[in-house]
Amino acid sequence: MPEYKTEPLKCWPKAKELRQKYYLDYQEAHDKKGLRWTGGAWAFDAIPAGLGRDVYNITGEPYGASIAFDKKLSMECLEAAEAKGWARDLCSYMRNYWGSMYLNKYAFGGEYPKPDFCFQDHICCSHGKWYQHVAEYKDIPYFCIDVSVGPYKDLDENRLMFVVNQMHESIEWLEKITGRKYQDELLIEAVENEVRSTSTWAEICCLNMNRPAPLDEKTMYSLYVHGTLAKHSGEMADFYEELRDEVKYRVDNHIAALPNERCRLMSDTQPPWGFLEVFRYLEQFGAISVGSLYTFGLIGIWETKPDGTWGPRTTPMQKGESITTRDQALRVLADWNLSKPEWQHFYDPNLKTEMMLQIAKQWQLDGVMLHLNRGCEGLSCGIMENRLGIAKAGIPVMTFEGNMGDEREFDEKRVMTRIDSFMETLDMEILETPVGKA
Amino acid sequence: MRRLMFDKFHEWYEKRHDYARDWLAKNDGEVVGCFCSYVPEEILYAGGMLPVRMLGSHEPQDVTEPHIFGMYCPFCRDVLAQGLKGRYDYMKGIVLSQSCLHLRQAFTSWNNHVPVDFSFYLYMPNKVQTEHARPYYAAELIKIKGALEKWSGKSITDESLEAAVELYNENRRLMHEVYDLRKGPDPKVTGLEAMHMVASSFFVDKKDHNAELKRILPELKSRTLDRETGGRLMIVGSENDDTEFIAMVESVGATVVVDDHCTGSRYFWNLTERNGDLLQDIANRYLDRPPCPTKDWEERRRFPHILQLAKDFGVDGVILIQQKFCDPHECDMVPLKETLKEAGYPTLFLEFDVTVPIGPMRIRVEAFLEMLGVEELF
Repeated sequence: MPEYKTEPLKCWPKAKELRQKYYLDYQEAHDKKGLRWTGGAWAFDAIPAGLGRDVYNITGEPYGASIAFDKKLSMECLEAAEAKGWARDLCSYMRNYWGSMYLNKYAFGGEYPKPDFCFQDHICCSHGKWYQHVAEYKDIPYFCIDVSVGPYKDLDENRLMFVVNQMHESIEWLEKITGRKYQDELLIEAVENEVRSTSTWAEICCLNMNRPAPLDEKTMYSLYVHGTLAKHSGEMADFYEELRDEVKYRVDNHIAALPNERCRLMSDTQPPWGFLEVFRYLEQFGAISVGSLYTFGLIGIWETKPDGTWGPRTTPMQKGESITTRDQALRVLADWNLSKPEWQHFYDPNLKTEMMLQIAKQWQLDGVMLHLNRGCEGLSCGIMENRLGIAKAGIPVMTFEGNMGDEREFDEKRVMTRIDSFMETLDMEILETPVGKA
Repeated sequence: MRRLMFDKFHEWYEKRHDYARDWLAKNDGEVVGCFCSYVPEEILYAGGMLPVRMLGSHEPQDVTEPHIFGMYCPFCRDVLAQGLKGRYDYMKGIVLSQSCLHLRQAFTSWNNHVPVDFSFYLYMPNKVQTEHARPYYAAELIKIKGALEKWSGKSITDESLEAAVELYNENRRLMHEVYDLRKGPDPKVTGLEAMHMVASSFFVDKKDHNAELKRILPELKSRTLDRETGGRLMIVGSENDDTEFIAMVESVGATVVVDDHCTGSRYFWNLTERNGDLLQDIANRYLDRPPCPTKDWEERRRFPHILQLAKDFGVDGVILIQQKFCDPHECDMVPLKETLKEAGYPTLFLEFDVTVPIGPMRIRVEAFLEMLGVEELF
């Protein structure tokens, strides 16, 4: 008998609709005399928002992930990138994206919509180079902000201002290349939306501390993505508040993601998008991945609360502060993003290990699954040291090798077999009656 | 036995640890390991330290497997292996200047598992093309200077810094002079010799290195190599101190006349130009270097520099080499190859790993030289 009741998320159709609209808006931007820009999910998307309400973006990583989910299209794109001579071990999102551009195929139908400009930031080795190539291939202007100023704990005025000064420079550049007058009030609105959506996402992740967990990580992948598309958008921020309220309702009413939750895990880095069945396989054991530093901290912005726990970062608005000038908005935007958990371990794996152990303790986990992701050198950076640190802390940890966006580097049977062994070490057996999904 | 002209550089390169231990015995200072050629060595030297660039040993090893995932470059794993194996047990400090994620892991794992008294992560900007990088980086240099002073208990004075800058500039000028002797129809220096010269300068006190350069230069200018030049090649790519490879290339009908590597010309190509504040001048020098791909965006400044080198040194063809999994260079390789092709320079791409045997490389290099029409092959 299932231990907990389950039910589908009521806002699920809205989540799908928002996502579809995002990709359609980008495709149709020129029909509306608007602007299109492309860059990473880590880019400061609030900044181009100051050019007008008819400015639409597409972020490369979620776009690459969408392609990866469609195995046939992904193979075409990867092969198109390889035919140009690119190495197979480069970022698989980037290769999927470039392939789509070379083939002139938009993953959501039609031709690859040519962007008007590229706007990116740089923290991993590929970030700055990705759009350098797009800009050259499509002959469009390009601006990239360097954010590699060290971990947030070491942030000082010099480091913050290096980023803020580049942001100011980027606005002058945007005005120059688009011929538009920049509107500070739109920037301020976008920054307020961004802090609201990213803090609310952290709030949603916190609700997963409850037992039974109201969300499983596979579902969270479909929800966190809105923040990777347009975290500056009011529509996305409103959606996250609606989602938070619904997840709260699920917690209050003991509505579970998994009816037989017996074991709580977390994963790490992007999943192999073409093989999300891994998470369904876990469910056969009554095991649920309740999140990861990746799902919590790529979009969620956090802070350590006075009692030492992790919680959503308090927004300037919640503190009663109002943003009134461009400079103030940019300082908030820089400071806010530099505190992003997923940016910290680029500098030191120990910082990631500490964060993972904090999650393991606070979310009451039984084990950790590390995806040794060959597709992303940024998020796999230091991962073997994380493994050592987690094991040293006495938490069971397993690894599996794969690739978030290149299915040729994922051995499904081998991974499932490793999961079997891991479950055995956790004293978990396959449930007699396989459980259904919430 | 008669001492050959580049023997000293060769000896220093091979016996780098002996040299460092000897230096420690003679000097009141510490040896500091530099991860990446972007570490501003002048500041360390001005503090009475011997900066030593961390390189690998070109030996297959498996000691790094628990620390660095296999998708990162063999060079970063080879560097870490040196620490884990205790090869640098005399070294008390390490410094990383920010460049790629790969080497960053070697540094952080070294920090975790190899005992050191001092470690410093220098946040060198990657966007060197913005003017904002200049004041930012100069302020970061003040921090490393302060940290070094605190650790050593000695002040780094303006005078010692001035002297270090001058000494380093002299080293750069002298190595330029040697490189210039490779431009003519009969290069007076082989690629292997040049590699020993530059790579040894990573480990040796610049006073000693400069003295040796000054000793050989007059004789070098009138030197005639008892070998055919053959195909004039340029080597471009990621870290490379693979002496076995370059010796092989030069044994099959070619001479390497120039390179673009962080372990070659990029290390010494530009000088510290004196304009005012010394730390700002040092910062500017590193920001203005012929860039590593990690620091070459949005505009490409690396490619025009490479084309200029190819022209100045009369290159017939270019070997593009790259450490396996080196993302920064992989991100440049396709457009670089196109750029060279458009300029009329044939290329041969080779992916490197310390475990790759030399035989297949020889076959490919020979085929490349044949395509270039090098007659000595027949």
